[in-house]
Amino acid sequence: MTEPTIVLEAKGITKQFPGVLANDNVNFDLRKGEIHALLGENGAGKSTLMNLLYGLHNPDKGEIDVNGKTAVIHSPNDSIALGIGMVHQHFMLIPVFTVAENVMLGDESVKNGSLDRVAVAARITEISKQYGLDVDPNALVGPLPVGIQQRVEIVKTLYRNAEIVILDEPTAVLTPQEAEDLFRIMRDLTARGVSIIFITHKLKEVLAVADRITVMRAGRVINTVKPSETDSAQLANMMVGRQVILTVDKKDHEAADEVLKVEGITVRDQRDLETVHNVSFSVRGGEVLGIAGVQGNGQTELSEALTGLRRPTGGKVTIAGKDLTGKPPRIITEAGLGHIPEDRQRHGLVLSYSVADNMALCDYYHAPFSSRGVIQPKALDENSRKLISAFDVRTPSPFVNAGKLSGGNQQKVIVARELSRDVKLVIANQPTRGLDVGSIEYIHSEIIKMRDRGVAVLLISAELDEIMALSDRIAVMYRGQIVAVVDAKQTTREQLGLWMAGAHVETA
Amino acid sequence: MDWKRFGFIALIIIVLFGVVVLVGQVKQPPLLIITSMLATTIAVATPLTLGALSGVYCERSGVVNIGIEGMMLTAAFFGWLGAIYMFHIFELPADISIALGVLFAVLTGGLMALLHAALSITFKVDQIIGGTVINILAIGLTGFLNRQLFFGKGSVFEGSVPSSPGVLPTIHVPITELFTSVCGSSATCLQNVEAINRVFDQKPIAMGAIVLVFISHYVLFNTRWGLRTRAVGEHPKAADTVGINVTKMRYANVIIGGMFAGLAGAYFTIESVPSFEPLLTNGRGFISLAAMIFGNWTPIGAWAAALVFGASQALLINMQIYRDVIPPNWAFLQESYIVGLTPYILTMFILTGIIGKTTPPAADGVPYEK
Repeated sequence: MTEPTIVLEAKGITKQFPGVLANDNVNFDLRKGEIHALLGENGAGKSTLMNLLYGLHNPDKGEIDVNGKTAVIHSPNDSIALGIGMVHQHFMLIPVFTVAENVMLGDESVKNGSLDRVAVAARITEISKQYGLDVDPNALVGPLPVGIQQRVEIVKTLYRNAEIVILDEPTAVLTPQEAEDLFRIMRDLTARGVSIIFITHKLKEVLAVADRITVMRAGRVINTVKPSETDSAQLANMMVGRQVILTVDKKDHEAADEVLKVEGITVRDQRDLETVHNVSFSVRGGEVLGIAGVQGNGQTELSEALTGLRRPTGGKVTIAGKDLTGKPPRIITEAGLGHIPEDRQRHGLVLSYSVADNMALCDYYHAPFSSRGVIQPKALDENSRKLISAFDVRTPSPFVNAGKLSGGNQQKVIVARELSRDVKLVIANQPTRGLDVGSIEYIHSEIIKMRDRGVAVLLISAELDEIMALSDRIAVMYRGQIVAVVDAKQTTREQLGLWMAGAHVETA
Repeated sequence: MDWKRFGFIALIIIVLFGVVVLVGQVKQPPLLIITSMLATTIAVATPLTLGALSGVYCERSGVVNIGIEGMMLTAAFFGWLGAIYMFHIFELPADISIALGVLFAVLTGGLMALLHAALSITFKVDQIIGGTVINILAIGLTGFLNRQLFFGKGSVFEGSVPSSPGVLPTIHVPITELFTSVCGSSATCLQNVEAINRVFDQKPIAMGAIVLVFISHYVLFNTRWGLRTRAVGEHPKAADTVGINVTKMRYANVIIGGMFAGLAGAYFTIESVPSFEPLLTNGRGFISLAAMIFGNWTPIGAWAAALVFGASQALLINMQIYRDVIPPNWAFLQESYIVGLTPYILTMFILTGIIGKTTPPAADGVPYEK
């Protein structure tokens, strides 16, 4: 067996940020044509390491070798010249530019002083064909689906002749189908000699596509393993540094009376298209109803209609016996709704408000937080301290702006606010999207706690695993309709997957 | 492009021209009125056009510039002062002094913009505050120096304002000459051609501004520089990750923008009238910004919008010319302060967004943090 060629090697990398040792003597190597996964929780130092490789930061100590030679990487220009390309978690695309303009930016083809769009388009088409990355060079990027935008990012690196591609959390924004497509592209790329560093915190993906897995925790490399020699539990263990319960411990539980009753609801989106057609279901106290479905099948509009953010055009919503169809959010909240919204930064928090203020957003206007129309800072403070310790929110103080917290802790602030109140119904839309294993575990256990306490839970998620782990009953949404409602114990992943893809349902 | 917007612009211009023709037709034939009004419109729209272009460069790269007014004013003063110094102290010929004056104005605009760039890009001062500082500084600086240099005790001019070396000459476009043979002996034909010729006989900055509109449009949308400029104004981080120096691009564009504002300043004191008055820009920097917004941050759009404001100013000038023939039931047109409100009313109306929504660059006004 021949020794594999090492295309990139980081030796003893150390990077200190104010207050954090982000990388502590990190060693990492990448072989030609492999997918090397870098696994770790948020804040483990994966992104720092990649930013050092890509030249966005400079290391304090250590050396980076590219193709066996010591490389000096001070800026993205240096790394691009060395054949390193990076696809960032938040896409670095300009929505008002076309695909071709985005791809050529920084490395423009110019003819007689003006942009040679034709040549660039031809080159993009050539790359598209070669690697099976279908994109239209003349399309505007903004309206493209996320999966296609990601392809544009990959084309961008290949356009610069990248031989090493860093993918930073590439699946965080993708639907399961888009993720599958990405994995196919990744395998195509490696088959053609491109080497890939795949950063993620999703265990299942790592085991499915990686050739080798390096796990980082708290700025250090814990171990490098092969997928065949490990399993999810061991990886999670290395990542978090303690035993992690991946399966949700859920006792059998008798459901009580109906809390949420939805009858024939119809909703239109902002473009005035009907995205939810005549949907009916109910959730009883003490049960979790999971709504499975590929993103964009009406789940967003449905949850908006149920929580008062959007007025349904037809149908009836009853919560605990009260008709709350089209009522404003405050009325619905007061009727006993806890809402964990889909977009935590836009609809869940006021990022420029303190943690303490955010924790009182639902009931700041009555006692004990307000007295005769005046906010009582002491009550806010006490409330937040109580919740911060009860829900294990990692924040330097209650006065820090919510925007400064990590995604997991932001979500915990929302969960603390919504679940600490006396609620009868919880609507949780994508409650763990983009979070690390530790936070996911915590939020799942909180949701189950609510259920065991007799609260009705409506869980909307595109993560099938999450739906299967938490739900008592599962409804599948497809093109704005509930196509199936089944008992969670009597169904399989495959069956749900078929329904999500629109397979015909005989029995509901 | 956006036909609703351009249709609206055309409509306003037709209405303004129509009013002048209706009032003035007792004195002059409509063609003469239209051509002279058009010539005035193009001339008085010059500083607005250049100011709007200044804003386009700054804001497309992501820096809000409300200091255009101040940049214009300072440039108007130093351009004029430079021309006088060159003429009286260094005793250079008048035409060279005037040309150097324009150069001084452009450099002054660039320097003021450098200050704005340093404040807003390097020191990340709130860009509205930064622009306001520029405006206040400009009023104070020009007022103070105007007093001290000409009327102060130690002034080389000993308290009397010296005559300026004059203004830039009108460039004659030989349309009349070309058509002389076509018209033959017909006197009305020749008269009409002469009238039309007047529209094209503009001064150098006015002509240059129009050329710069088209050059800027091409640069912004079809060159590497333009692509990078728009990239740092839309999504600076994305530009950074492909190796574009965001700070340099923004500095360069703000300074270019300042030089455009400087040229607009030169229009006031070196092209239009050979004198300086404190506060002579009179809000035109702000109207330029309105033109930029109404033109949706594109050079051609901004120019079209600047022409609307130019036409409303030409209306004011023409109403004074035809003052004595204004019909009694239109008497309000005699009041110059009422007619003078037109540009400001238009500004307010346009900025409400009734005529279609405009979209600023996504990172406009947001300092870039790595």
